[in-house]
Amino acid sequence: MALLEVTNLRRSFGGLVAVQQVSFAVKAGQIKAIIGPNGAGKTTLFNLICGLLKPERGQITFRGESLSGLEPYRVARAGLSRTFQNPSLFPCMSVLENVMVGRHRRSRREFFACAVRWPGQAREERAIRQAALEQLDYVGLTDLAACPAGALAFGQRRMVELGRALAAEPELLLLDEPASGLNTREKEDLGELIRKIRQRGITILLVEHDMSLVMGLSDEILVLHNGTPIAEGPPAMVRNDPKVIGVYLGGESQHVASGKESQMRLRQS
Amino acid sequence: MTGENLALQYLLSGITKGSVYAAVAVGFNLIYSATGVLNLAQGEFVMLGGMVAVTLAQYVALPVAVSGAVVIVALTGCLLEILFFRKLDRHSVLHLIIITIGLSIVLQEAALHIWDEKVRSLPYFTGNEVSSVHFLGATISPQVLWVLGTVGVTVLALQGFLHYTLQGRAMRACSSNPEAAMLAGINLRTMRTLAFGLSAGLGALAGCVISPITMTQYEMGTPLAIKGFAGAILGGLGNPMAGVLGGLLVGVLEAASVSRLPAAYNDVAAFAVLLLVLFVRPRGLFGAGNAGSVREG
Amino acid sequence: MKSRGGNPKSEIRNPKEEGGGSGGNQGLRAIGAGAFPFALFALTAIGAEVGMRATGTEYCLTQLTMALYYALVTLGLCLVMGYAGQVSLGHGAFFALGGYTSAVLTTHDVSWLQGGTLAPWLKSARLLVARQDSYGSSLLTVSPWAAFLAAMVLVTAVACLIGYPALRLRGHYLAMATLAFGVIVNKMLLASSLAGAADGINGVPEWHLAGGLTVSGKGLARAQNYYLACAMVLLTVLVLRNLVHSRVGRALQAIHDGETYAAAMGIDTARYKLKVFVLSALLAAMAGVFFTHYTGGISPSEAGAFKSVRYVALATAGGMGNLWGVAVMSTALNYCSLRGWFGSYDNAVFGALLILLVSLAPEGPLKPLGTWLRGLAGKRWVPRPAAGERRAASETTASRAAEGRAGRGAA
Repeated sequence: MALLEVTNLRRSFGGLVAVQQVSFAVKAGQIKAIIGPNGAGKTTLFNLICGLLKPERGQITFRGESLSGLEPYRVARAGLSRTFQNPSLFPCMSVLENVMVGRHRRSRREFFACAVRWPGQAREERAIRQAALEQLDYVGLTDLAACPAGALAFGQRRMVELGRALAAEPELLLLDEPASGLNTREKEDLGELIRKIRQRGITILLVEHDMSLVMGLSDEILVLHNGTPIAEGPPAMVRNDPKVIGVYLGGESQHVASGKESQMRLRQS
Repeated sequence: MTGENLALQYLLSGITKGSVYAAVAVGFNLIYSATGVLNLAQGEFVMLGGMVAVTLAQYVALPVAVSGAVVIVALTGCLLEILFFRKLDRHSVLHLIIITIGLSIVLQEAALHIWDEKVRSLPYFTGNEVSSVHFLGATISPQVLWVLGTVGVTVLALQGFLHYTLQGRAMRACSSNPEAAMLAGINLRTMRTLAFGLSAGLGALAGCVISPITMTQYEMGTPLAIKGFAGAILGGLGNPMAGVLGGLLVGVLEAASVSRLPAAYNDVAAFAVLLLVLFVRPRGLFGAGNAGSVREG
Repeated sequence: MKSRGGNPKSEIRNPKEEGGGSGGNQGLRAIGAGAFPFALFALTAIGAEVGMRATGTEYCLTQLTMALYYALVTLGLCLVMGYAGQVSLGHGAFFALGGYTSAVLTTHDVSWLQGGTLAPWLKSARLLVARQDSYGSSLLTVSPWAAFLAAMVLVTAVACLIGYPALRLRGHYLAMATLAFGVIVNKMLLASSLAGAADGINGVPEWHLAGGLTVSGKGLARAQNYYLACAMVLLTVLVLRNLVHSRVGRALQAIHDGETYAAAMGIDTARYKLKVFVLSALLAAMAGVFFTHYTGGISPSEAGAFKSVRYVALATAGGMGNLWGVAVMSTALNYCSLRGWFGSYDNAVFGALLILLVSLAPEGPLKPLGTWLRGLAGKRWVPRPAAGERRAASETTASRAAEGRAGRGAA
């Protein structure tokens, strides 16, 4: 059974239809990528899955339970974690504290226990801290633990955000353009990291523009165009799909010869 | 007086007070749209308009006094914007709210010290306290017509300005998309100052025109701000014309409660409306989207 | 912004040193640093009292005690404003609700219950108390403890009622809702004969707490009550600090820094904001109850907008998220105000304070002082973006533009 199933999703803003008839599934242990030109509805789709937007039509199920229309915090508690296009750290807290916040849904102590410092609370606090340090270590930023999050470089903020998302021990990790703003070396490291994360047993759904990263990393790719899926399948299949080529290169999909040309270009990108 | 006439009387009284609330609501909307600030000191402009006019009226003719008061208070509004809200981007919403609260208090206290705690009023524009006019079957003071007329004309003029003049359209552009407006060459700062000035002037005019009926006193600002705000959100924040409607509704509701509840509770009705709107339908009757809620959708 | 007087549990130390030989020393130093402000406060408090006794100005203790009780309200507001990032203009009303509930219940004669079946049971449960009023006639009233509990229950209910819808909306809505709430309470108190209308309530009896402690305005008990108020402030700061340096505190800070992202972490933001609001309302009400028993009365002006604005001004002056700053500034400024040093400009001072502080020093004027003190304690201080500044990026024009973008459905 699929871990995440999206059926016939539709969402519009005013008169503009952002996504429609979107249906796909993500199997447990997969790395699945969503690609498509700008304006294709990728981030809207993410926002719908995470509960930041409510779908007009359609269903989202996670491990068999419906997520449609749930509040974002409930979606998170169901086992999804997400990163954002612009790294969304909490600037007034240190890096470690940011990651500790990520641990929130794996801990329990509430107002009264925290206010009076029940012994169980102290133990839990230590556990949270330990887990956060582990995640920070995992993304290789232990040295920055005490830095205020607002002072970090862009790439570092990305990593911290990833660590924070991982601290929640999610079953499904959604990454919104994790490679944007990174240089080639950083992108390679990111690819490695994502594979490592998958080995931990976490399923990954990512939105990305970088073709080489996506082609080399994903088990399956979903291509969106103007809010609807136009292709879905393993990278090799998607790469050769004439519709996809047409969408990325525009208007040449009818010509077989130039299609081959575009294929080569796609393969090289 | 027959029951029907009594109801009509209350209705007109409600609409009269409601016009002032409508003016305040429009002022709220103007500033909110142009600057994103909810100006809790809005009521003070009304109070200042009345106070300044009363003082000026001792020396010059009434129309000059009123015009003078409007101009002075409008300039004050511009000045406040320049002094405190210029560095807008540096401040969070929290800080901006706090600044307007502080301004409200300081303006009230300043009024207390410049004038005093005594109640004042302008003379009736036409006639006096006992003159009356028959209007739609009810007997009202001619001042009521002045209130309705002045506020009505001003709001319409404002709408015309916002929709049909270059400056006005620029202001609307600022409110819906500040960044794009800047890129289009619109000077955001000037727009903001203008918004404050217009808002203050409008409030001052309302304050002058209502002064003979409800009196002017240094403390009248806060309840007015709350009621004006109630009107603004009842109509829907961001929509000036709806704010007018909201303000009028609040006035009518208040008048209705006056007819039923003991005098001390007449303010409570308007505030209860505010709380009710916030609870049930924060975006108001005609509100644009989700002006209030934290989450989209 | 936040007080970094190190609580050992959240002290960010280099993980390499953790568990090493130097860990123990650092731990002790951290505990020392954490206890330092408490000790300082206690010493200052004792010094003040001794000084006043020495100079024969003991009557000043009364105002100082009152200022300390007011500080409790500001501390609660500190949590709401500095962490949940909300402005409440109705805390004067909560203070008044607490005080008035207690005052009405402990001064109102319910002798008509005497004949009934309830009375003896209630008396033995110590919910009702027979006593004499200032004129010597006998009264049957609710006992102060029962009145206190009743006040807490009432305020919890009211705070939930106001907070639940208002906190789901953005900042300025809560400000207006609480302003309106405060004005309603003020007007109703002024209009209610049960509450003594414009004169308020007087003749509120003493309150016997455990042991020999009594909350009372009697001259003999002045020093005792002063220390009681000090202890309450210390206890409140301790509890709030615990809260701040914990999972809950981090969640609140996250909500303040970026509510949408906090929700994406699994934090139920609406519930947390509500809980913080109710907690602060309870603190204000508790302060009101103690205040009323101490001064023997309460007046409707406590619920007024001026008072509520004052609390906000003091929370801002102390640095919003900075508990010690707030406690100190609040006590100091309220004391000045109560002694009449601001004259007729009393309200204007607080209004001006608000404007100036927020415009010029959004983190509170005590921050430079704190930096210097921390420098003395040997800790390095890493600069952080100011609370107001970074909030701007996530809230004002940028976020409104983002809303616009989302509205146009960009991927």
